[in-house]
Amino acid sequence: MAIVAQSSKFGTYGRPILAWAVGLLFFFPIFYMVMTSFKTDADAVKPEFLFFFTPTLDNYLNMAENYDYWRFAKNSVITAVLATVFTMFVGIPAAYAMAFNPSRATKDVLMWMLSTKMLPAAAVLYPMIYLAKGIGLYDTKVLIVTVLSLINLPIAIWMLFTYFKEIPKDIIEAGKMDGVNTWGEIKEILVPLAWGGIASTALLIFIFCWNEAYWTVRLTTIDAATLSKLIEGNRAPEGLFFGRLSAVSTAAVGPIVVLGWFCQKQLVQGLTFGAVK
Amino acid sequence: MKLRNALCTASAVAMVAGAAYAQESLTIAIVNNGHMINMQTVAEAYTAETGVELNWVSLEEGVLREQVTSDTATGGGQYDIINIGMQEAPIWGQAGWIEPLNFGADYDVDDILPAMRAGLSYEGQLYAAPFYGESSMVMYRKDLADAAGVTIKDNDSWARIMQAASAMHDPDNGVYGACLRGKPGWGDNMAFLTTVVNSFGGAWFDADMRPALDTAMWNEAVNFYVDLLGNYGPPGSEGNSFNEILALYNEGKCGLWIDATIAASFLTVDGVAYAQSPNAGNPVGANWLWAWAMAVPAGSPNTEAAVAFIEWATSKDYVQAVGNHPDFGWGAVPTGQRASTYELPEFQAAAGFAAAEMAAIESAAPAATDIKPYVGVQFAAIPEFPEVGSVVAQEMAAALSGAKSVEEALAASQAAADAIMREAGYYD
Repeated sequence: MAIVAQSSKFGTYGRPILAWAVGLLFFFPIFYMVMTSFKTDADAVKPEFLFFFTPTLDNYLNMAENYDYWRFAKNSVITAVLATVFTMFVGIPAAYAMAFNPSRATKDVLMWMLSTKMLPAAAVLYPMIYLAKGIGLYDTKVLIVTVLSLINLPIAIWMLFTYFKEIPKDIIEAGKMDGVNTWGEIKEILVPLAWGGIASTALLIFIFCWNEAYWTVRLTTIDAATLSKLIEGNRAPEGLFFGRLSAVSTAAVGPIVVLGWFCQKQLVQGLTFGAVK
Repeated sequence: MKLRNALCTASAVAMVAGAAYAQESLTIAIVNNGHMINMQTVAEAYTAETGVELNWVSLEEGVLREQVTSDTATGGGQYDIINIGMQEAPIWGQAGWIEPLNFGADYDVDDILPAMRAGLSYEGQLYAAPFYGESSMVMYRKDLADAAGVTIKDNDSWARIMQAASAMHDPDNGVYGACLRGKPGWGDNMAFLTTVVNSFGGAWFDADMRPALDTAMWNEAVNFYVDLLGNYGPPGSEGNSFNEILALYNEGKCGLWIDATIAASFLTVDGVAYAQSPNAGNPVGANWLWAWAMAVPAGSPNTEAAVAFIEWATSKDYVQAVGNHPDFGWGAVPTGQRASTYELPEFQAAAGFAAAEMAAIESAAPAATDIKPYVGVQFAAIPEFPEVGSVVAQEMAAALSGAKSVEEALAASQAAADAIMREAGYYD
């Protein structure tokens, strides 16, 4: 009896406190970054101004005036949206085929796709640069959209495959018997049934595309440079420009954090792969 | 027929206009250095005067090196002007990856500090023009030194530096005697440690370019470094480089710091004093020499316009433009570049560290000698150095953290460096 009372006490008070503590721990770096973005570079490294300081908008004004923030932001939006759309456009039919019409090779194909994620990106950096320059696509949005789509396609297919597997095959087969063609099956039956999974996959892929830095920094110069490149350019080995860097980082992650906030339900579902069902 | 002629004329006009437009646009890859950031604002006047549009691509140092190298190796064309350091300039000049720089008489190339000019040239030909240069020096808290009853002189002995660090060391009150670079990297811990080795009479390679890390000089220098930083440095020194130590110093936690002269312009604590880098009784002191410079990659389609911009951006007129700019002033003019800058009374008044910096740069010895058969002070200007330096840097960090003994770390370093140099074909 005492054990029951104790465990319910933990459930009432302990768990929420623990959850809040973990939440705050994870949120602290973001909070610290946002706070630092309102400090001058000199104040940003002084311990006496850790929490109490005179806030300034100078870093943001400087960023808007000198760093051409909107050009980078526009490129981030265009490449992340198009790459997500393209990934889903290819990923949904691919996952559909593997979930409802599996062959003996399906498992191997899935494993092979996942194995491409195990290759270190640096291993193919030079071939990629040669290729991009050779076909005249270096520093273009077409190249960035293509690369972002291809590197995220394995994860998208795996996630969608997991969702689709949970849909009873009979429903799809019933549609077939009613004379619905493949495209109709996907559009009329599969997408409405798996909408939650598709939305969470798309959201995650969008976040991955937005945050991608290795390729977007190395395959662009000016025309297709995204916010990752803007952040990269503000790192300095000699000189503590933390105020400036924090402002650029806050402005870069801001849109994605807001989007994540509104879509947190779908995101959690996506991240847990349906484990909370 | 008329239509065809009209189309031909229109195409020709478009091509000429396109070519003219292309000539008036330069893409410049820069490091995120305060001087280069300021240049973006000051150069608005250049664009207004010449009509040349400037596109700036700011990158972190490591990424810049990687991107510029890959661009150059794949035929170039992405950038018209690049920032490169003293380690790359002579190597890339020799390889033909960057264009030789020849400026007009007004430029006064002899005004460029001789050490900088030598380090950025190959066979006497300048390949990169410095926009900012630095050496290293001792920065110490005079209040702490006075309270502890110690003095630090120019070119003091390492034994006296150890003594001063010991006297100022007061960890109970959060003050550590010496803050020095410990983070592994050829431009991080090895930049400082190489200068210590130089001052102990050692060098990276012998006359046959065989690694010389198994010599008594290296052993003595590294043992000294590990003792100094291990006993009187802040905890976790193997993770500290310039930025980490700058933060510690400005929090009042460091007695002395030996690092880049540019650090002086970021120090906000009161009572900082400067001294020339120490030595161990050898003619070569422990002060390094580095410059960030502007070069034109061989693949650039706008070589002429690029050279013209570099001529302006590293000229005496540019120094005046920064000094008289309402947003910057004389404390922000590029240092370590031109001798004439140090003679300007406005600059002398604004930069209290100017004399110490000039002396440090002038006394640095980048040229090859009998003891050190390669160009460079805290690095060797050979293509293999970044790889050798990075491997040894890891070993030195291991020695500092206590994971390995100094002897073990040096033996492992010698073996790794030997393998790299042998593989590169310096010897069989």
